[in-house]
Amino acid sequence: MSNSQNFDVIIAGAGSIGVPAAYYLSKAGFSVLVIDPLASNGQGSNKHAIGGVRATHTNLAKINISRKSMEILSNWKTEHGDDIEWRAGGYSFVAYDEPTKQNLLDIVHFQQDINLNIQWLEHDDMMALAPDLNPIGLLGGTYAPEDGYASPLKVSFSFYRLAVQAGATFHFREKVTGITQKAGSIESVITDKSRYTCAYFIDAAGSWSPEISKLIGVDLKVKPDAHQGGITEAVAPLFKPMIVDLRPRPGSSNFYFYQHPTGKIIFCVTPEPSIFGYFDDDTSGFLPHAAQRLIETMPRLANIRVRRTWRGTYPMTPDGNPIFGEYPGLKGYIHATGTCGQGFMLGPGMGWYITSLITNTLSDAEKKCLYSLRIDRDYSSAEKLM
Amino acid sequence: MTEFRIKDHPILDTNEEATVSFFWQSEALLARPNEMISSALMANGISIFSHHPVDGTAQGIFCANGQCAQCLVIADGIPVKACMTPVKAGMRIEPAEGLPALPYVSRNNSYVEPIIPVTETEVLIIGGGPAGLSAAIELGNLGVKCLLIDDKNRLGGKLVLQTHRFFGSTEAVFAGSRGTEIAKKLESNVRGLSSVEIWTSAVAIGIFAEQMIGVFRDNKNYELVRPKVLLVSTGAREKSLAFPGNTLPGIYGAGAFQTLVNRDLVKPCENLFVIGGGNVGLIAAYHAIQAGIHVAGLVEAAPQCGGYKVHMDKLRRTGVPIYTSHTVLKAIGDEHVEQVVIAQVDKNFKPIKGTEQIYDCDTVLIAVGLDPVDEFYRRAKQLGFNVHAAGDAEAIAEASAAIFSGKIAGVNIARDLGYDTNADTQAWQNLEDILSSRPGDVVKTSQEFPHEGMYPIMHCTQEIPCNPCSTVCPKMLIKVDHADIRNLPYYDRSTDEQCINCGRCVAVCPGLAVSIVDFRKQDGKALVSLPFEQDPDLLQIGKLIEVTGTEGLTFGSYPITQIRKIVGFRDGTRVVTVEVPADIATEVSGFRIIEETEPKPYEFETEHPENLADDAYVCRCERVTAGQIRQLIREGVRDINQIKAKTKVSMGACGGKTCLNMVKRLFQSEGVNLNEITETPIRPVFVEMPLHVLANLPTNEEVKHE
Repeated sequence: MSNSQNFDVIIAGAGSIGVPAAYYLSKAGFSVLVIDPLASNGQGSNKHAIGGVRATHTNLAKINISRKSMEILSNWKTEHGDDIEWRAGGYSFVAYDEPTKQNLLDIVHFQQDINLNIQWLEHDDMMALAPDLNPIGLLGGTYAPEDGYASPLKVSFSFYRLAVQAGATFHFREKVTGITQKAGSIESVITDKSRYTCAYFIDAAGSWSPEISKLIGVDLKVKPDAHQGGITEAVAPLFKPMIVDLRPRPGSSNFYFYQHPTGKIIFCVTPEPSIFGYFDDDTSGFLPHAAQRLIETMPRLANIRVRRTWRGTYPMTPDGNPIFGEYPGLKGYIHATGTCGQGFMLGPGMGWYITSLITNTLSDAEKKCLYSLRIDRDYSSAEKLM
Repeated sequence: MTEFRIKDHPILDTNEEATVSFFWQSEALLARPNEMISSALMANGISIFSHHPVDGTAQGIFCANGQCAQCLVIADGIPVKACMTPVKAGMRIEPAEGLPALPYVSRNNSYVEPIIPVTETEVLIIGGGPAGLSAAIELGNLGVKCLLIDDKNRLGGKLVLQTHRFFGSTEAVFAGSRGTEIAKKLESNVRGLSSVEIWTSAVAIGIFAEQMIGVFRDNKNYELVRPKVLLVSTGAREKSLAFPGNTLPGIYGAGAFQTLVNRDLVKPCENLFVIGGGNVGLIAAYHAIQAGIHVAGLVEAAPQCGGYKVHMDKLRRTGVPIYTSHTVLKAIGDEHVEQVVIAQVDKNFKPIKGTEQIYDCDTVLIAVGLDPVDEFYRRAKQLGFNVHAAGDAEAIAEASAAIFSGKIAGVNIARDLGYDTNADTQAWQNLEDILSSRPGDVVKTSQEFPHEGMYPIMHCTQEIPCNPCSTVCPKMLIKVDHADIRNLPYYDRSTDEQCINCGRCVAVCPGLAVSIVDFRKQDGKALVSLPFEQDPDLLQIGKLIEVTGTEGLTFGSYPITQIRKIVGFRDGTRVVTVEVPADIATEVSGFRIIEETEPKPYEFETEHPENLADDAYVCRCERVTAGQIRQLIREGVRDINQIKAKTKVSMGACGGKTCLNMVKRLFQSEGVNLNEITETPIRPVFVEMPLHVLANLPTNEEVKHE
């Protein structure tokens, strides 16, 4: 083991989770190395995120992690000076049929019970909130005013800047190729360029986590799932909340969109059936389909012009919840992955929780709650609001 | 009232009347039929189209080519690019002020499965300029099924802007013909080929993994094309330049200017200043003079102009001052450019304090070179298409070289598809290499010019690929080495034949660099016949006209003795004979047209900062300065995606078409090798597209306003 550099923590993946984790760990005094095969931070899936941040999930651990993220992001500008374009525009899941309405009402009641700021708006109130929604058949929608959105690019850039300032080391264009262990603990990380010893290893590689897990012989239940998104030209303000339309349509199970403070509409479609694999090329069906869905939900968007589209992958788990915690079979090996397209909104909170885990400062309640995200769960109780 | 339409042009027909009525704000105005909104507005003296949503500054035309998005206006309630949208009768056009409000719609659609028509073809050619048309001719001659698409409403690409005669080889690429005529010849060849289908007003907006191209047709329909082979002949876009004031209306590309003046016959200004001494800048300045526009001056940062010397001479003879080793420091103006400040630069291209001068002008052209429009090609490669590139999309060169590049691509594609042809592409390649060669050294001629007899003088001292003078001489007295037409032409005195002063060599020369001298009178005077393709009203037998030498030096004014039109060259070129003292006759080579304006000295308020451009915008859409980008480069950023993340550079309406190459040049100016740089991914859409078009829903006429 001579000539190998030593770090307290090595993180695989400079993305939505790895960069915030690097910042909080460095700030807590750990020596941190982040390894990423791409050219800079946030170039995997982070930059494909559209920026939505909400606490209104149905898994308690996820809710707590998101709440932490929202606390961090909403105070970011005051605390660090960087404008990450955070806006508490709210989230609205709209219902155009009774089963969806009932399902949403159940979720609203659950979320209200755990003190999330969410309410049900009937047709008229929903139309007042977003006057350009298609009124025909609209039964109402949820409204969670504290949810919002921020720029994934700017958040990653800002976290990266602070992480470097706090002493974190980033190695780009470098690939983790092996992991060694000694007496049940992590010993070293081997890459295509070097070898490093460490006490903790964090798998924050998202869609690429299965390849990392293979290095220790673990078959991780994470599958990359390709989604496409797009952005339009900027137009005068139309609405504030992220609108989620859960109606299935041929080719998609739901879709969501919001208007960025600059006036651009950002949208994303959940394909049905899923397109599994690392595929990130643009396909021809997306634009016509997304255009139809946008016009159906908000007819006034008929004349807005699309500026750009892209495709990225969701690191999907069978139940839609992330995998978080120390791997029972290897001391020091921590999973923080499988965020199912919510890496951006969970990332800051997860970075904070990873640090608490390593510094052993989690409360018993927090530990108990996070236990639901353990790798060896049965993955049967699916997240209801994907 | 100032006239903003060109009513008389020495070369172009100007007879189409403005008859289509439309409204700008509440004022009723007239457009020519099928005229683009931008040209119609400028023809009515309107050059400010909007104010930028980020900083509120005035905006006007910039590329006039559908590439940038600076000409945004609101037409019948809908935001559109003025340069790509034709005026319709009764259209109500408003300036885009701040963010446009979307119009209300009267219907609420429910989801309809969008059916997008797919066209299958053997070859899809994107771009109907010299390269694309030439490729289509080769493919069509072999019966290969092709679809040729072009984003403009007529074919020819940038040839339709080129009113000057072309250099090159007469036999091979129509040299001696004007670009506009070459476009017509190529188009009529293509139109005669039954296997070639043509879509004009068809914009390629995306390339998809299923080997399909998305096409926006006729400003209303979205279709897909699946070719077996793709040919990208999309030409070039103009490089931009960062200097303070560079976003003022009145500052735009030389290509945009040629579009306005030569394609649309709009006279957008009175007093022009040009930045850049390459062929594009030199030619644009010359075109301006033909349109009756005063050219105040031209700056070139390098010690020599990069364009053909004959193009430069053509300009100097008219009296336009050309400042080499000079740069633009800034443009001054409130809502529109009013003045430009220039200064001499040292050998490191840094401005020299104390050399600043200021010129009044109402328009500044940026002509600092071209970049290939190669994003279609690069993306198609990444997606595994069988893709070829030709013309400027492959490598920037003259249109004559693009013709050969297209021919070669056409034959190569045919062969890829299994068609048999014995075309000698190697010979074509050799010709293309010659045609695309950079101008050679200026050589001192060893020819003698005796003060007796009558003979032509070729005032052409730089090796460029050109031979028309040698091919038109009926007596075969002008020679250019056939093996390599870059060799200089010379007058062959070894035969018994004599020059008959037919004037053809004078009329055909694209550089206007041939004169015929006649010393036969032997009375101390000589007759000099010179080409003239400016306003014919300046000519009158007996009238004195100021003549100049190749460097632009004036020799004084002398009487016109003859004005001729030459058989075969009746399209605007006149051969004008003047009587001058015999001792200057061999040096006289042109006419002074421009009255030179003296620049004023200008005291720069402060010492020149290290990087003058740091306050200037690189990304015009998102308003990102060169200084912001330079700082990130100095902080160690090497991934353009990071610069994008931090500054939003390239995330605006144009999709980085103007700024990304400038960002790369900033890396280079900071001493960073481009191998270290990570570029941004290429994604659809290449131009912004309305949702209802993509959704295959009715066009916007059917979408009513509230």
